[in-house]
Amino acid sequence: MTVQPGQCNCAAESFTERDVVAIVEKYGREQDQLLAMLLDIQEASGSSCVLREWAAIVAREIGLPLSKVFEVLTFYSMFSTEPRGRYLVEICKSAPCKMCKSDEVVAMFEKELGIKLGKTTPDKLFTLMHTSCVGACDIGPVAKIGEDVYGDLTPEKVSEIVNSYREKN
Amino acid sequence: MPKSLNIVSANCGKVTPGNVEEYVRAGGYESLKKALSMQPRAIVDEVVASGLRGRGGAAFSTGSKWAHLLEVRENPKYIVCNADEGEPGTFKDKLLLEKDPLCVIEGMTIAGRVFDSHDGYIYIRGEYRSIQHSFQKAIDNAVAAGYLGNNILGSGFNFHLHIMTGAGAYVCGENSALLNSIEGKVGRPRIKPPHLAEVGLFQMPTLVNNVETFACIAPILRMGGEAFHAIGTAESGGTKLVCLSGHSARRGVYEVPFGVSLRDIIFDPELGGGIAGGKELKFFHLGGLSGSIGCPAQLDTPYSYECLVRTGLSVGSGAVVVADESVCVVDYLKGVLEFFLHESCGKCIPCQKGIRQMYTIICKLSEGKATQEDMCLLKELACMVTNVSFCGLGQTSARALMSAWKHFEPEFAAHLNKQCPAGVCKL
Repeated sequence: MTVQPGQCNCAAESFTERDVVAIVEKYGREQDQLLAMLLDIQEASGSSCVLREWAAIVAREIGLPLSKVFEVLTFYSMFSTEPRGRYLVEICKSAPCKMCKSDEVVAMFEKELGIKLGKTTPDKLFTLMHTSCVGACDIGPVAKIGEDVYGDLTPEKVSEIVNSYREKN
Repeated sequence: MPKSLNIVSANCGKVTPGNVEEYVRAGGYESLKKALSMQPRAIVDEVVASGLRGRGGAAFSTGSKWAHLLEVRENPKYIVCNADEGEPGTFKDKLLLEKDPLCVIEGMTIAGRVFDSHDGYIYIRGEYRSIQHSFQKAIDNAVAAGYLGNNILGSGFNFHLHIMTGAGAYVCGENSALLNSIEGKVGRPRIKPPHLAEVGLFQMPTLVNNVETFACIAPILRMGGEAFHAIGTAESGGTKLVCLSGHSARRGVYEVPFGVSLRDIIFDPELGGGIAGGKELKFFHLGGLSGSIGCPAQLDTPYSYECLVRTGLSVGSGAVVVADESVCVVDYLKGVLEFFLHESCGKCIPCQKGIRQMYTIICKLSEGKATQEDMCLLKELACMVTNVSFCGLGQTSARALMSAWKHFEPEFAAHLNKQCPAGVCKL
């Protein structure tokens, strides 16, 4: 089973209004810090998303209409308003990685995670997706997981990497 | 002439990143000290003499930009560093941000001193999250050591540096879109004029330069503008960080003096080292996906702004994506247009709709379903998108297509006849 749009995610349930407000306050409620706030919320949520209700709290706290916050949320590709896995496994599909066979890396992760590209694992730990260039073309094809970038991938290495994240949980 | 130099990247790998003591021991902050005793006009004169041009891709004269802002009387002024390195195939700013953040900070601080600006912003792309953390440490260290913050080196000059994050939008590399993004808004480009030197960040006069451009400032003041210029060619002062990727045997970032040949960059054993696996070079893509594609016959062109432009190529961001004979040009272009399709901000119709139509036709071509009429339409679309798009994103989105078409016309024609010479497309 994969997470469907609109379906609630356990990790997201433990993330509350208080957590959202704490992040907004960390940035002094400054409107120009909206992107940083939303990225922090997404990272802390455990579900790699900013739910509509959290966006509404941010809007209220920094004095912006919800439509403005939503405009930002839906413009930048790092944001999602639908729950995703705790870890986003992003495979670069830009030209330098593509010509170094990034499609094979997608297949390796699909096999290791048991899901197709664009889907989330049933334990809600991983979402497998494509990304544009992450600036690691010297070690392409690359996968980015959270802040970490992995290059020159082989099936063995992929298995090792995925397991290291599984062990963290 | 040496084929590689270490001027801008001198400290990379030699100094502990962000360590002020080591940076100073390696000659760091000498230029800031010098700048504090110089008149702003004299500093700008050095930058003008250096022949430095914007290293992010637009290649606008940095000296002219600085001289223009110096004439603007309104205050406060803001210093902004564009670290939204999103051009595929480009990873040279990452090298500087990671390995020598203090050089970028020093360059920004000198700019702050020139324009009597008290606040600088560095906009680092969201994908470089870990660099945002390490860069913040470098800022903190510089403040603690008295090179940044209040009363820098006892001079009475205050300069504060703030990190702002992107969140995944290529268009934010465009200066005015970047300023909108710093303000916490959607990163769509602004209409110009007014120029950013007059109405920029928070509606105030603003200087926006790329990471590598700021990193050139300290070396320019240290060695003198003319000496820096002399390293390069008549219209391209200094050195350039180039990023080799794709099928290059030695992928990575190299600093080369302007004037070396493309052949040197791609084939020299100390630079690109040729093609991985001993295959043949088919084409190279210069300056990122927004740049032109070149063919082996152009390899002896000197790498400089003026020589490349004469052959229809450009320095751009410094990206050099190398493709061997196994790559199908049509399939490659499909990837290029897919990228622009994803990154178009949607503000103007030529870019938003034009790229989609070009992508649709190139997909048809790669499936062997395109007709001669489609190709005429493709040419017309490319011309339209190039000429009437609102910003650089749309204006450059068809460059790869048009240059590749010129060099590889027979390969395009083969696809019309349902044949893929490289055996990549499923026709």
